[in-house]
Amino acid sequence: MSTFSNPFSSAVRFMKGCICGKHHSQAEHERAISAETVETPLTNDEGRFRRVVEAAVMRAMFPVDAERRAFLKAVGASTAAAALATFFPIGTATDVLAQTGPIEKKDLKVGFIPITCATPIIMAHPMGFYSKQGLNVEVIKTAGWAVIRDKTLNKEYDAAHMLAPMPLAISLGVGSNPTPYTMPAVENINGQAITLAMKHKDKRDPKQWKGFKFAVPFDYSMHNYLLRYYLAEAGLDPDTDVQIRSVPPPEMVANLRADNIDGFLGPDPFNQRAVFDGVGFIHILSKELWDGHPCCAFAVSREFVTTMPNTYAALLRGIIEATAFAQKAENRKQIAEAIAPTNYLNQPQIVLEQILTGTYADGLGAVKRDANRIQFDPFPWESFAIWILTQMKRWGQIKGDIDYAAVAKQVYLATDAAKLMKEAGLTPPTSTTKSFVVMGKTFDPAKPEDYLASFKIKRT
Amino acid sequence: MPKSNLTARAWIVSLGILLTFGLAWHLAVSGTSQTQAMDPEYAKLMGLSATQGKSAMPGPLDVIAKIWSHLKDPFYDKGPNDKGIGIQLAYSIGRVMLGYALAIVVALPLGFLIGMSPLMSKALDPFIQVLKPVSPLAWMPLALYTIKDSAISSIFVIFICSLWPMLINTAFGVASVRKEWVNVARTLEVGTFRRAFTVILPAAAPTIVTGMRISIGIAWLVIVAAEMLVGGTGIGYFVWNEWNNLSITNVITSILVIGLVGMLLDQALARVARAVHFPE
Repeated sequence: MSTFSNPFSSAVRFMKGCICGKHHSQAEHERAISAETVETPLTNDEGRFRRVVEAAVMRAMFPVDAERRAFLKAVGASTAAAALATFFPIGTATDVLAQTGPIEKKDLKVGFIPITCATPIIMAHPMGFYSKQGLNVEVIKTAGWAVIRDKTLNKEYDAAHMLAPMPLAISLGVGSNPTPYTMPAVENINGQAITLAMKHKDKRDPKQWKGFKFAVPFDYSMHNYLLRYYLAEAGLDPDTDVQIRSVPPPEMVANLRADNIDGFLGPDPFNQRAVFDGVGFIHILSKELWDGHPCCAFAVSREFVTTMPNTYAALLRGIIEATAFAQKAENRKQIAEAIAPTNYLNQPQIVLEQILTGTYADGLGAVKRDANRIQFDPFPWESFAIWILTQMKRWGQIKGDIDYAAVAKQVYLATDAAKLMKEAGLTPPTSTTKSFVVMGKTFDPAKPEDYLASFKIKRT
Repeated sequence: MPKSNLTARAWIVSLGILLTFGLAWHLAVSGTSQTQAMDPEYAKLMGLSATQGKSAMPGPLDVIAKIWSHLKDPFYDKGPNDKGIGIQLAYSIGRVMLGYALAIVVALPLGFLIGMSPLMSKALDPFIQVLKPVSPLAWMPLALYTIKDSAISSIFVIFICSLWPMLINTAFGVASVRKEWVNVARTLEVGTFRRAFTVILPAAAPTIVTGMRISIGIAWLVIVAAEMLVGGTGIGYFVWNEWNNLSITNVITSILVIGLVGMLLDQALARVARAVHFPE
């Protein structure tokens, strides 16, 4: 279920397909519906806060989902809201929520790596999502993941774009000194791909990849874990049968051209850039391995969260609103134009458009269409963290027993994100964990050790 | 044969080499290789090197056009990640100068000490021998971790790489001042400090300046690599950013600019060397 759906909708389905059953997905359904109905304007702050308060009151009165839906169905959403307003001063409550304390620090620096995963962090600058929150944010391009980690730990950056496993690794002290780190929002889900050199266009079965040299952006990245997972499922041991190197994304295309590597599981725009320059082809999108996997994240130190709560809230609100804006398919072209210049991604606009709109050349002569190639969803599911921890343990990056749930809860601030998503007029999920399917295998966040034990190839 | 005639002929040969190289380059990249027929919708999504078989390497004319566009507006500032090449160069030169000045402040007195005292020379020798061959960039992670500031870290890296040639040359120059001169000074009962400044310094100056000239060359080599590593500002960041965009034209442009600035820095110290040179 998408976190961007309407809280007042009585007909929410948790299965594939849409509410009415006529369309393939909920997104398609919404596109069809939006053509015929007029949406309630919720663009102004007051409108959004009002809806948040109404939603909260509604939830408080009917804590059981089924009852609430039945009530809504019986009287209709607007009647229900009006009825609530007669005995609860929603107007006053809205005012209280809209007021936040003074911002402690206006001028902030946020580091990013020039890849499309960072889209919400980057576009929030040219498109004014930060300034709307009263913040003066400078977004600063950074050369690599190790540097972004060090600059954030040094407090040169107030917040940064990181790979989803990095805040976990930093908090656990894997690959750096342990520093309490938090990840209040995910940036993007999906949006990665395995790109292979043109000479391998006939070797589409991973079983034929023995002896290949692969590149991933960082040791502590979803790319590394997904590639290892994919290879291990094909029966290849990622440590002995192939070589996996950590290579900064821009160097991936250059290395592929120079025949230094056979392929990479990397972030966009470099998959599409390899295709654009005729160097490689897209073998498989990462969403075909795990649809809805997290990739990059917005991370801040725990110290920033506790010493500057209002600044933190404003910054996170800006990011979450930008993420919601980026999720809408109709905004994608405009975003591609905003983030293409040298100051941001420094890439040809046509490459970014292919990635963001999902209509892309695959490098083998076909035009593919997949609107969900990259998606933006801020909710930091704790089960994502638990899955990442199982993989860190699987490949020997962490040893010994870990309290999966506790680490996940401390680092992935699902509750904060949920609160601010509500303020931004979005509906966060009511739970902080969910199970999902990775390459046909269901992951149950309650039983990480069983999941880990079920793998044949592992380092534990 | 008069000297001016030789210079003129050397210029002509240089120009000839440049033109031949430019022509060969132009011919090498102007051809287009075979491409497969493509669906027009697909072709629209692809780059020129894939659709027309255009070489990924730019020709000399592209580079000249690019250089001109940079020279036309070298000082623009379109935000923290997009500044003109003039501003980037200023950042790099500023860092080099700071690190280099720090190195002079440390290397000259220490070099004098080592050169004048055989005891210190022997005692410090193992440290110098071990630290000297370390690649300056190997210090970067350590610097980032301990100094906790990327701008100061890159200055520190410049400092550490320009330190050794200066230190060793100063020590060597000071130690090999002719014994007669030092002995004369001693007979005349000149104090240690006065001896150091009026006798040894002028005598060792040519060797010291040679060390400084080597240092500035190394410092300029290293700043580009250091800025590529930490990013932010500077000509090294500019190269990295354009590499990110796989824009070879801009990379070649910056290579030329880096070479030019390096040459100017070296020429400046060559002038100093001529000034302190003395015939024996």
